[in-house]
Amino acid sequence: MSVIPEASGSAYVAGQDSARAMQRRSLQRLLDSFLLIAALVVVWQLVYWKSEVAITGPIETAKTSIELLGSENFWTHALASGRAFSLSLLMSSVGGVAVGLALGAHRFSGAVAAPILTALYTIPKVTLYPMVLLIFGLGISAKVAFGVMHGIIPVVIFTMDAVRNIDPVLMKTARVFRLSPRETAFRILIPAVLPEIVTGLRVGFSLTLLGVIIGEMFASQQGLGFMIINGMNVHNVRSLTAVVLLLLLFAVASGTVLLALERRLQR
Amino acid sequence: MNRVTIVRLCVIAGSVLAVEALCRFGVINRLTLLPPSEMATYLLHLLGSGEINQAIVQTFSNVAIAFILSVVLGFLVGAVIHAIPRLRRACDPFLASYYSVPVFVFYPLFVSIFGLNRWPLIMIGFLFAITAMVIATLNGLDRVPPVLLKLARVHRMSRSAEGLRIVLPAAGPYLFTGVKLALAYSFIGVLAGEFILSGGGLGYAIAYAYDAFDNRTMYALMLFVLIVVTAINSALFIWEQRLLRRRGRG
Amino acid sequence: MSVSHAELREVSKIFPASGGQGDVHALGPIDLNLAKGEFIAIVGPSGCGKSTLLEILAGLALPSGGSISFEGRPVQGEVPYGVGVVFQEDASLPWLTVWDNISFGLRREGTESAEIKRKVEDVIAFMGLEDFARAYPAQLSGGMRQRVCIARTLVLEPRLILLDEPFGALDQQTRLLMGDELLRLWRKTGATIFLITHAIDEAVMLADRVAVMSARPGCFIDMVKTDWGTNRDSRVVADPRFGTLTARVWTRLREESLKSVGRSNRATAVALS
Repeated sequence: MSVIPEASGSAYVAGQDSARAMQRRSLQRLLDSFLLIAALVVVWQLVYWKSEVAITGPIETAKTSIELLGSENFWTHALASGRAFSLSLLMSSVGGVAVGLALGAHRFSGAVAAPILTALYTIPKVTLYPMVLLIFGLGISAKVAFGVMHGIIPVVIFTMDAVRNIDPVLMKTARVFRLSPRETAFRILIPAVLPEIVTGLRVGFSLTLLGVIIGEMFASQQGLGFMIINGMNVHNVRSLTAVVLLLLLFAVASGTVLLALERRLQR
Repeated sequence: MNRVTIVRLCVIAGSVLAVEALCRFGVINRLTLLPPSEMATYLLHLLGSGEINQAIVQTFSNVAIAFILSVVLGFLVGAVIHAIPRLRRACDPFLASYYSVPVFVFYPLFVSIFGLNRWPLIMIGFLFAITAMVIATLNGLDRVPPVLLKLARVHRMSRSAEGLRIVLPAAGPYLFTGVKLALAYSFIGVLAGEFILSGGGLGYAIAYAYDAFDNRTMYALMLFVLIVVTAINSALFIWEQRLLRRRGRG
Repeated sequence: MSVSHAELREVSKIFPASGGQGDVHALGPIDLNLAKGEFIAIVGPSGCGKSTLLEILAGLALPSGGSISFEGRPVQGEVPYGVGVVFQEDASLPWLTVWDNISFGLRREGTESAEIKRKVEDVIAFMGLEDFARAYPAQLSGGMRQRVCIARTLVLEPRLILLDEPFGALDQQTRLLMGDELLRLWRKTGATIFLITHAIDEAVMLADRVAVMSARPGCFIDMVKTDWGTNRDSRVVADPRFGTLTARVWTRLREESLKSVGRSNRATAVALS
């Protein structure tokens, strides 16, 4: 899919490897990731030494983060974001897959919609935020709207592409085996489109999160996004950096899990 | 013009007309949304008066710089990562979750490094766009058919000749996709940055208009951004299609 | 006794252990003398190392043991001047026209543009590609694209041409016609031709001699001389000796193919268990 960037999996030669060899490779990959993280932390420390004003160093941040995780205030905000995020995610995923399936199955509609979706994907949706606020008001519904705005489009695009690209041979095979529509859907179509849909959901997850957080940064008194922009405004760099770190950890952790799920499906 | 295009234009035109009608007939409150026709007329007025010229120039130059930086550096970083498989395997999960992180949070850091000028904003646009270019570069370099690399050796090409005359053209379409995305994301990053963090430019103008309850200016500017960004991205897209048609792909 | 054009002496290839398996003895030992201007075909079961052999001979890969020489000089990991290679996969450059594809190698070697023009146009005329000179490979059929690749090799006037299952991706009828083309080209250029193919009829029809390889590790188990005249074409299938020769090749090859299939089935079974 050319519109949306996603990490291209590293291609490695699948040979007649033993299970142990594959385990060894996974461990090595974990180690490499840790090395990379360690390198980033070192860079972080160096940047901190250069400009103490703007961010906090790694050790301080780690301490503050742990403090935050214990504070009730933090969890109030985190749950506010979490609520908005879960709702947006649910709507983006379910809505996106549904619309994507429909557009993929009905060729003509899909062809009409494709460039429109691409255009919607590339416009800076942040500039539309005021309009969303005027329509939904200053509450959780606006936040959910932001999240859905950002997240639903990649899900639709990926799902639509997956359905459009189903190899016709698979459909012919289904007819040769005289499968019922239900059997065709469950035994042939869904396995065929699932990997790409999961990729779309992964991208949708990231963007939904981004949408909710940015929404909170712009127009909310609650949530992690608010904590961040508030930290910026009152120059509470410690708290700001800690929240960013926690958010980052969440994003990377969930991203890794989804990526692993995607890889398993692509076998 | 084929059926699909006609229907698409009808869908777009129909939606705009529907919104126009809903606004005019009061179904949609004027305080919420202005009729598109009014947005357009006021936009023309603004453009004519030259009020927003400064903002336009600022945003576009920010975008241009962020774009060029992200394409050049994104390509270089992508090429380096591609050349070192271990590095790549380590980077993959991070690349995948890159877009969850609101890179705006690094704004204070950039302000303390560059000062309170346009550069922090450019850096944000740059950070937004570079990953798209890195991923596209990785994709493109992956997809150079191995047989073409063998061909380079049959012709006894030096590494640089192989890179310039075989690898780059072969990866071309994918690199172009990266360029397309880098431009789109540069716009998104710069405008979002201007919007949330201020500092001038069209994004800031929209936020300011919103805060000042100046719906007319706000919607006019939104319309402007929408039209310009869509036009530029579509132009790139059409150019890409033309290039791809020669290659039989796309 | 003519001087060999190219020589392979005790060439072998072993791929080192990886992923929990031992060393893979892929090829050899192979001894082969290529006479100047001869047309030799190599047939063998899947996985016997034929492509590895070609790559070693071309200088695209290094052998684990043994030596290779071309025109008296050793070949070591670099493709020598005068050697051309045609691959099985489509190696046409999709961003260049047919004309630019063919001139690709010439433009590198600093040949003058008038000279380039002459050579390219000669080869285009010879290969019958005049109508397609300004087309892009994407607009051509698979067979045409292979002809472009062959033309690109020819224009450099190679003295040894290596072809790795060049017609594998084409349908049978196109393959037969391309075989005739290959013979025509061989006669015109006088180059030594080393052809790898899995199609026995193609090998017997085209070559002066057919080398039969065993299953992995690939070694030559038979060398079948066809004794066709130089002016042959695909109609040689009508010759009664064609059947006998093909039968001889297939009898030796069938055993080896069964071995190869059996081994790959067992390996899959092990991997799945």
